[in-house]
Amino acid sequence: MLVPVKWLREYTDVTLPAQEWVDGMVLSGTNLETVDYWDKEIENVVVGQILKIEAHPDAAKLVVCQVNVGKDAPVQIVTGAANMKEGDKVVVALDGARVPGPLHGKTKTPGGDVITAGKLRGVESAGMMCGCSELGFPDKIVPVRDKDGLWILDDECFVPGTPIVQALGIDEPTVDFEITPNRPDCLSMLGIARESAATFKTELRYPETECKNVAPEKSEDYIQVEIRRPDLCPRYCARVIKDIRIAQSPWWMQRSLMLAGMRPINNIVDITNYVMLEYGQPLHAFDIRTVKGGKIIVDTAKAGDKFTTLDNVERELSDTTLMINDTEGPLAIAGIMGGLDSEIRPDTTMVLVESANFNGDSVRSSSKKLNHRTEASGRFEKGIDPNLAKDACDRFCYLVEALGAGTVLTGDVDCYPNPKLPVVTKARVSRINKVIGIDLSAEQMIEYLNGLEIRVQQQGDTLICTAPTVRMDLNIEEDYIEEVARMFGYDKLPKTLPMGRSQGGLNERQRFKNLAKDTLRALGCSEVMTYSFVSPKTADKVNEREKSYFRQFVKLINPLGEDTSVMRTMILPNMLEVIYTNMSRKNPQVRFFELGNTFIDLPNTKEPGLPIEKDALCVAMYGPNETFYTLKGVIEQLLSTLGIQNVWYRTEKFDKRFHPGRCAAVEHDSRQLAVIGQVHPDVAAGYGLDQPVYAAEIDFEMLWETKKEAVRYTPLPKFPAMTRDFAMVVKEEIEVGKLEYVIRQAAGELLENVKLFDVYRGKNIEAGKKSVAFSLSYRAADRTLKDTEVSEINTKVLAALKETFEAVLREM
Amino acid sequence: MTEKLKNMLEEARAELSGASVLEEAEALRIRLLGKKGQLTEILRSMKDLAPEERKALGQAANETREKLEAMITEKVTELKQAAQEAKLKAETIDVTEPGIAQAPGYKHLVSLVIDDTIDFFTSMGYTIAEGPEIDTVHNNFDALNAEPNHPSRDMTDTFYLNESTVLRTQTSAVQARVIAGQKPPIRLISPGRVFRCDTPDATHSPMFHQIEGLVVDEGITMADLKGVLDKYAKHLFGSELDTKFRPHHFPFTEPSAEMDVECFKCGGKGCNICKGSGWIEILGCGMVHPNVLKFGDYDTEKYTGFAFGIGVERIAMLKYGIDDMRLLYENDIRFLSQFK
Repeated sequence: MLVPVKWLREYTDVTLPAQEWVDGMVLSGTNLETVDYWDKEIENVVVGQILKIEAHPDAAKLVVCQVNVGKDAPVQIVTGAANMKEGDKVVVALDGARVPGPLHGKTKTPGGDVITAGKLRGVESAGMMCGCSELGFPDKIVPVRDKDGLWILDDECFVPGTPIVQALGIDEPTVDFEITPNRPDCLSMLGIARESAATFKTELRYPETECKNVAPEKSEDYIQVEIRRPDLCPRYCARVIKDIRIAQSPWWMQRSLMLAGMRPINNIVDITNYVMLEYGQPLHAFDIRTVKGGKIIVDTAKAGDKFTTLDNVERELSDTTLMINDTEGPLAIAGIMGGLDSEIRPDTTMVLVESANFNGDSVRSSSKKLNHRTEASGRFEKGIDPNLAKDACDRFCYLVEALGAGTVLTGDVDCYPNPKLPVVTKARVSRINKVIGIDLSAEQMIEYLNGLEIRVQQQGDTLICTAPTVRMDLNIEEDYIEEVARMFGYDKLPKTLPMGRSQGGLNERQRFKNLAKDTLRALGCSEVMTYSFVSPKTADKVNEREKSYFRQFVKLINPLGEDTSVMRTMILPNMLEVIYTNMSRKNPQVRFFELGNTFIDLPNTKEPGLPIEKDALCVAMYGPNETFYTLKGVIEQLLSTLGIQNVWYRTEKFDKRFHPGRCAAVEHDSRQLAVIGQVHPDVAAGYGLDQPVYAAEIDFEMLWETKKEAVRYTPLPKFPAMTRDFAMVVKEEIEVGKLEYVIRQAAGELLENVKLFDVYRGKNIEAGKKSVAFSLSYRAADRTLKDTEVSEINTKVLAALKETFEAVLREM
Repeated sequence: MTEKLKNMLEEARAELSGASVLEEAEALRIRLLGKKGQLTEILRSMKDLAPEERKALGQAANETREKLEAMITEKVTELKQAAQEAKLKAETIDVTEPGIAQAPGYKHLVSLVIDDTIDFFTSMGYTIAEGPEIDTVHNNFDALNAEPNHPSRDMTDTFYLNESTVLRTQTSAVQARVIAGQKPPIRLISPGRVFRCDTPDATHSPMFHQIEGLVVDEGITMADLKGVLDKYAKHLFGSELDTKFRPHHFPFTEPSAEMDVECFKCGGKGCNICKGSGWIEILGCGMVHPNVLKFGDYDTEKYTGFAFGIGVERIAMLKYGIDDMRLLYENDIRFLSQFK
């Protein structure tokens, strides 16, 4: 909401400097967007009057003007403009002047442009005559006739020699306030004035609305109103004005509109806009010649009806669109836009002014269907008090009369079947104090509320509050708590801490997650974060098999684009994008992890109606020192720190996301916890990765489930262990994991631990074979083992290995 | 014999002075003082002498032994020291060369802010609540008192899965879940991802993080809200910075407020970060609206509460002077490794 401070003074006194006034408004709840000072880059610019225009001796496109700038002698200024005539008043930047700019045909210079005297094609020029944009007025608020060429100051109020800031009355800023959706009443000068008056305890002055010289004819002789849908149009108020004289508005009104962000058009349109900004009530003027049958009928359209709006666009209507009709057909789309045919024209002599109230939801849905929003429709959508309609209508008439733009007829036609009554709410003094945490007296509260035009009747602890009908946000006790709090001042509230104690902290699962993240960081992995939504093509891009669980995508119905149209089912594809970013930027090595949500489009038993949502963990790395085993080391350390033991790495050849010879499924009991491996070279190539990448996709929920099976205490051993080391030669393709498995099976319960301590290929070992050395430790919980006993078991182990793998014992 | 002893001393003195390694001194000790050494030999040969002579010679031999032992020990100590020095010298390294270690990984900037917030609030007795990122329209809007026509419900603002399911647009959805399922006293925060239909640019992202806070108990006041959030702001940005509370509007709180903190770059004087105002908007908050509390069947006469919501990325960007939000999701290690 753009509020020119000078205009606001019409309704209440602003006694503080602008910045202090703004600070006070912000603290009482009207938040600031920006403050625009129109005069900040204007110096030594005055009103001038052109006395004489002569041709330039050497330039056909230039003229030489003698301009009265309020001094004894006129000054001579050369210009290329052509829209002026002798006698016109103009804006003159004298020698050494500063103007905000941009200068004609240039871009804006920060701080403005300095104008100096000089010669133009050999002729002295003492300054510059300015256009609107050179004075810093943006094109969109400049009257069409002033957009090009010089700004002709067409009003008697301008006196040559007057400093321009003073002459135009632009010495005060425009404040742009952010109006929250609960306060549509503040989208008006009066609404802001009401807030200002309450905040600074000043008087609120309502505008004059009573015409002094109305014509004897009555509005109702010319017009009747029928509302067929009172649910969509609670009120329709109209008056008639004759002898319309379309002209330019006086400068004060043009200035008010311009500084509030609206372009002046002509007196009738300007008054409509002026009153809309004053009250927040949109008005519409019809040429009464076009209202056939002398009757306004408010009703919904028929589906498929066509109607041409005043922007000359033919629009198709639906049966929910509320229309303003006459006896023959539509005149306007209610609250949105008038029709081309009923528009005010230069030859219009009699108008009907409409000040109506339309249902916000109805206007919103119509405006959406028509895909057309206007200033008026936006205001109706946000909500307007129907009690404003008559005041705004009368104010329009008052200004028409005051500006000499026409003669107002007696009376109005006001169709208002169910007048809106004020809302009365009970608020308790004790409750207000209790919720805010202060101790105000009832008198103090009543003073605050009265300042906001809320009438209060006190009955003991209870305040019976009657809100002005423009304040549609005041309906329950809490609303009054807020009014008291903000008028008291949030800044004056004490700062306290809540009473009572409670035990805070993370739960077991949250700590488990943190432990996982801390461990990964200690192992050199940095945390990354990527979008939860991905392209459905990611499943193909990582070679995920058909009919996989990971292809059960949750789909958005309104995604930003195909690339973010489904929710991720795993993190690997996002991670590979991140790896690509780093690899392509020549970052030599990285270790990354992301722990975040993934989504599967299957029913969630815990949350009926929602899909499955679960934590997944992805770890990935590349760099000159990274191998499958460095990744595996990280995963081993992670699982061990998380308390997950007895993990089995099964060779996985069929997960096509990974290299078939360098991939393992990580299992615990029958659960699969993760898949780790080198990313399949085809997949890597698809992501533009030219170095091997090692990655693990871990089912974090599964880790948590596994961990939850409590870790139990094992007593420390009381008897010594005995160890047996041996090396054996086996075929290359025999996995050490399988050897270990057979060792454990054969050795039985007394085997405490198996440790692989060497794998050797080369000298003394046949090609295609390898030597694998294990250290086995045996221990009994209840006695010291005998040497013979251990040797016996070890012999069984060796026999089992020989039988299963044709392993040959190697001399050590 | 005496002569022999004397020669022995001379010989030892000469030999030790030339000795450069430990072994030479040890060899000398064996040759002179060992079981088959020269001194032993002299002592052994004494049995043939007269008692008078034997006594004198014995005394002389013992003196010689002591001298020899002292001489050799001294030399051995000296050589050992030299050897140790030589070894240490040989082992000298350039201590200015870089150390060798597995460098630890980094916390993502968003986690840094979230964890910092968690530390602060858990120390004040808050727990952490979690909720799904895909949630119902009921939890995300209806239960939070959002009007049926509220523009934030539009498909241009909110991602929908179907008409009753959305990607949550605010962590306040967790508030709705907690109120429906838990009884006061409640003190919690809930960090998490939220989603809105914004095309990524320097200040927008379709996905970002929020931290929700909710306190419901007997006698909770707006002054409490102000006290807690003022402390939090000082924890985040520095204890010297002041806070300012302004009235605002949110559907789920009444009264509602926004909190500004004094600009931590200019200290309130006005700069480009605070756009000249000296203040930076940090979070939205307010007293929980009775229409929200009613979903938990709470006795609103007895229980009051406050809630707040903070945008994590915004805080992170302000705190570290980051001018483009997209950097947070690009995950370039050179960016990630700057925040500790």
